[in-house]
Amino acid sequence: MATQAPSTPSRSYGNLKDEDRIFTNLYGRHDFGLKGALKRGDWYKTKEILLKGDTWIIDQVKTSGLRGRGGAGFPSGLKWSFMNKPGGPDGRPRYLVINADEGEPGTCKDREILRHDPHKLVEGCLIAGRAMNANAAYIYIRGEFYNEASNLQQAIDEAYKAGLIGKNACGSGYDFDVYVHRGAGAYICGEETALIESIEGKQGKPRLKPPFPADVGLFGCPTTVANVETVAVAPTILFCISGHVNTPCVVEEEMSIPLRELLEKHCGGVWFSVPVMPKHICDDVLMDFDALKDVQSGLGTAAVIVMNKSTDMVAAISRLSAFYKHESCGQCTPCREGTGWMAKIMKRFESGNATVAEIDMIEEISRQIEGHTICALGDAAAWPVQGLIRHFRPEIEKKIYAFNAAKGNSINA
Amino acid sequence: MFARSLLRPAAPLARSFQTSAPRFSDHVFLHRNTPENNESIPFEFNAENSKRAAEIIAKYPPQYKKGAVIPLLDLGQRQNGFTSISVMNHVAKMLEMPPMRVYEVATFYTMYNREPVGKYFLQVCTTTPCQLCNSTAIVETVEKHLGIKVGETTADKLFTLVEVECAGACSNAPVIAVNDDYYEDLTPEATVKILDDLKAGRKPAKLGPQSSRLTSEPINGLTSLTSEPTGPGFRLQKALQ
Repeated sequence: MATQAPSTPSRSYGNLKDEDRIFTNLYGRHDFGLKGALKRGDWYKTKEILLKGDTWIIDQVKTSGLRGRGGAGFPSGLKWSFMNKPGGPDGRPRYLVINADEGEPGTCKDREILRHDPHKLVEGCLIAGRAMNANAAYIYIRGEFYNEASNLQQAIDEAYKAGLIGKNACGSGYDFDVYVHRGAGAYICGEETALIESIEGKQGKPRLKPPFPADVGLFGCPTTVANVETVAVAPTILFCISGHVNTPCVVEEEMSIPLRELLEKHCGGVWFSVPVMPKHICDDVLMDFDALKDVQSGLGTAAVIVMNKSTDMVAAISRLSAFYKHESCGQCTPCREGTGWMAKIMKRFESGNATVAEIDMIEEISRQIEGHTICALGDAAAWPVQGLIRHFRPEIEKKIYAFNAAKGNSINA
Repeated sequence: MFARSLLRPAAPLARSFQTSAPRFSDHVFLHRNTPENNESIPFEFNAENSKRAAEIIAKYPPQYKKGAVIPLLDLGQRQNGFTSISVMNHVAKMLEMPPMRVYEVATFYTMYNREPVGKYFLQVCTTTPCQLCNSTAIVETVEKHLGIKVGETTADKLFTLVEVECAGACSNAPVIAVNDDYYEDLTPEATVKILDDLKAGRKPAKLGPQSSRLTSEPINGLTSLTSEPTGPGFRLQKALQ
């Protein structure tokens, strides 16, 4: 940082105290059922919140500055307000859809909420539903999370029985249903319009926007899709740390915590659907949406995957390219074809069976995919490759030279 | 860039011919009649599942019954062991959908096994976070211990091994899902123990993490949430008091 550091930092981030934490049962040490949830303060004065009305709730969310936890970081208050158009309701039912199709490599936070704190989510559904005057919520949970879905279903059944949701929810005069819909194994269904298609019983292929889901969404009705963590709402954020750290874990911390502190405190660099970052940047970066954008990366879903020096970066990113190739829904040509090409080239980069010119070639392919598809899977597939080339190009070249030298090929640098 | 292209060797480099690696976790999209999977084999939901199916269908608006296709196919797979063509046709009839719409769904989602699988369906996650924690060794261990390759079923029809994409339990990598249950924090030794338990018809002693962890907390003690959770009304904002 060449510029002068601010003399007095406005405040430091991190160091969250237990009493500030929202997800108090993150590690499943307490009862996840209704009794335990009530003891931890869930469903407290929910009726009063509901009676405050939609505008009040949305204003509270706007003031809190909450941004979506699904990866894009869109301001939640604004998004929810799209549902209440001037002119009043048009007679169509409205839906809230909760995205629990967690499948982003390195992301494993929603699972902890679903299995250990499902009542936070159900209560969150009701309040968010009230804010957008929705009639029902569908929680789309990935099919692999069978036991998690059972816990959630138990929580919903308890809430129905206690009159917290359903007809006259919490005695507020507002009717609201919550349904669980289990998916069947498709990463792309995490995309909001693909998710809507999937609930409608179709292949999970993203829709062109506009019309946006707030106008025409689930079953042709106004719909808002929100992430589990956003709705189980918190000013904090769950970080999922995996890979080469001494103690990988899921932990709740404050937004903007410095990455170094996060790792030192809880664990003993690489981002996926966002470009990778080498160590010297990671040393002082702050973990929030804007700071990470400044270093040409992104917060995404706050998944931190740490790789140590022994990691074969090329192999790691190559596996990721294979992931995106597998998960491409096949609707848009640049993504369907491009992810396959990238995976093939990356596979060859692993052994160095390539030419140096192909590094530029794969970069160009990635640029041609990025921004040319309906949904962001194309971008997500392109960015790790770009990050690899931006920060680790010599690694790839070294492999290529070594391979060709062993084969006796002449190659010019 | 220009200089580099000038320096390019005149003759194309000799490099070995590449074919894409076969992927076993997904099958081909088309259906071919086999003795164990053809349209003449009858399938219907049993009494218990018919009740469940009715509950599932009730979740969706009556004019959008077909929303239930994904859960119903899953129910069919649970009853039948795999999603056979007869399961698909039965679901299509129940939901008044053209069968092709059901086939589309059954081929798109990877959790539908359109061919018979073993009693224990082993799904090893090999996506990058697991790969970093050596899921490769887990795959090799299973292959060696059971004598099958990825995509194959053991002769006794007990185990089928597949590789899957991110299972969503990355902080507990490496992970293997046996049917609906996750086994996490695996080592080759722990994997062998689980396989032996299953082979002997025992339920493995511990679900979830095979290490000393309970869930996804740091392994050498909690770094957060060490105090009792706060109760109702804690720091309630003024407007609600």
